[in-house]
Amino acid sequence: MKISRFLKTIFLLEFVSGLLIAIREMFRSKKTINYPYEKGSLSPRFRGEHALRRYPSGEERCIACKLCEAVCPAQAITIESTERQDGSRKTTRYDIDMLKCIYCGLCQESCPVEAIVQGPNFEFSTETREELYYNKEKLMDNGDRWEDVLAKNIRLDKPYR
Amino acid sequence: MEYLSTLTNELYKIAFIIIPVLISVALVVWLDRRIWGAVQKRKGPNVVGPFGLLQTVADALKYIFKEVIIPASSNKVIFILAPIVTMTLALVAWAVIPFSDELVLANINVGILYLFAVSSLGVYGIIMGGWASNSKYPFLGAIRSAAQMVSYEVSIGIIIINVLLCVGSLNLIDIVNAQQNLWFVVPLFPMFVVFLISALAETNRPPFDLPEAEAELVSGYQTEYSGMMYAMFWLGEYANILLMCAMGAILFLGGWLPLIDIFPFNAVPGPLWMILKILFLFFLFALIKAIVPRYRYDQLMRLGWKILLPFSLFYVVLTSSYLFYFDKLPVRAL
Repeated sequence: MKISRFLKTIFLLEFVSGLLIAIREMFRSKKTINYPYEKGSLSPRFRGEHALRRYPSGEERCIACKLCEAVCPAQAITIESTERQDGSRKTTRYDIDMLKCIYCGLCQESCPVEAIVQGPNFEFSTETREELYYNKEKLMDNGDRWEDVLAKNIRLDKPYR
Repeated sequence: MEYLSTLTNELYKIAFIIIPVLISVALVVWLDRRIWGAVQKRKGPNVVGPFGLLQTVADALKYIFKEVIIPASSNKVIFILAPIVTMTLALVAWAVIPFSDELVLANINVGILYLFAVSSLGVYGIIMGGWASNSKYPFLGAIRSAAQMVSYEVSIGIIIINVLLCVGSLNLIDIVNAQQNLWFVVPLFPMFVVFLISALAETNRPPFDLPEAEAELVSGYQTEYSGMMYAMFWLGEYANILLMCAMGAILFLGGWLPLIDIFPFNAVPGPLWMILKILFLFFLFALIKAIVPRYRYDQLMRLGWKILLPFSLFYVVLTSSYLFYFDKLPVRAL
């Protein structure tokens, strides 16, 4: 063992310098946030809870083309549709099994009318599995509740799509 | 009737020491987590109560309402006894810790021996818990813990001899009073460092937390424990850490004596100085926990037996030679 190494060992020099670094770092700014009270920023591309959007007129966007159902790698989406009296095709059933969903965002990418989107909400934990089998009503409701943010995120992300 | 009043008087005194110790244990757990968090640039617990001070109380409440699971194949009597032994021994030792000239529950003449004996007994709680669980991880953890605590107690004993040579008394109040002019941390500084290292090993703190090395032993001797029994181990552990800090403060940092005996310092009451010194040592403990990795088991044994023990023995020779040669041996009337 070299003399300098030996001296360093017996005088615990490296240990003391470690202590000093620890004390210095204690007073630096914190890297964590008070999560439930403050939240980190999310990218407009963030893929969170799903929502079905409407046109400003109030008409639902989804045309039941079933592209999302076809593209969904986890096969989490189930759609049934019918022809409405005005001749348009609309969904009668639009279910997403949020437990199967892998939040890949392919449904949003495949949608030709920007109907199904993934919003910024990631805090939708529930106490039972059943509550996570989302139906059309729940998804439309999400769309109505998050519309402002959803529209803004889509606008911000448009140049990169 | 007189017997009864003496009893209530003593119980009153005991409550006066145990309740503050338990409260400070709760605060110290919080402090430990906050310091650990701060070094890692986290916020640490800061939600429950002001600055998160009540976090430990909330944790304790949670433990109280949890189910206590006793493994079917365990030795039930010993299994239940183990956390009780750990916690009792950790609290019993506080009886002799002096917070000032008068503020001590039992001013016995062999105070330091009593402290040493009680902290040595602490290993029984761990061995009992590990053995009675009848499960491999607790058993291995308990074996490690027993070997480790016994090894490092030897060097703590010799460090205490160093101090006793300079004092000439086993009474803790005499030990502090002998430091009126110079705290023992100055002449015995190497021993203070060795004491800190041994105290870390003695209380199973990182870098010597092998008995509960979660990477290999789940959580060591506590693996099978749950609910309040786990919490008692946990409280006992922190009470022991505080006790070691108090021991360090008394032996080396001059107990309740002020930093310098001039106005702004000696106006601060003695017990407060004692608490400040304990907190300073605890701060070191918490910092060390945050910065060091865990020792390997053979390295731990090597450090204890081949480095710290010979070194402290050598220092005993050095101290006694110095005291003898310069005729400074403190001789007291028997």
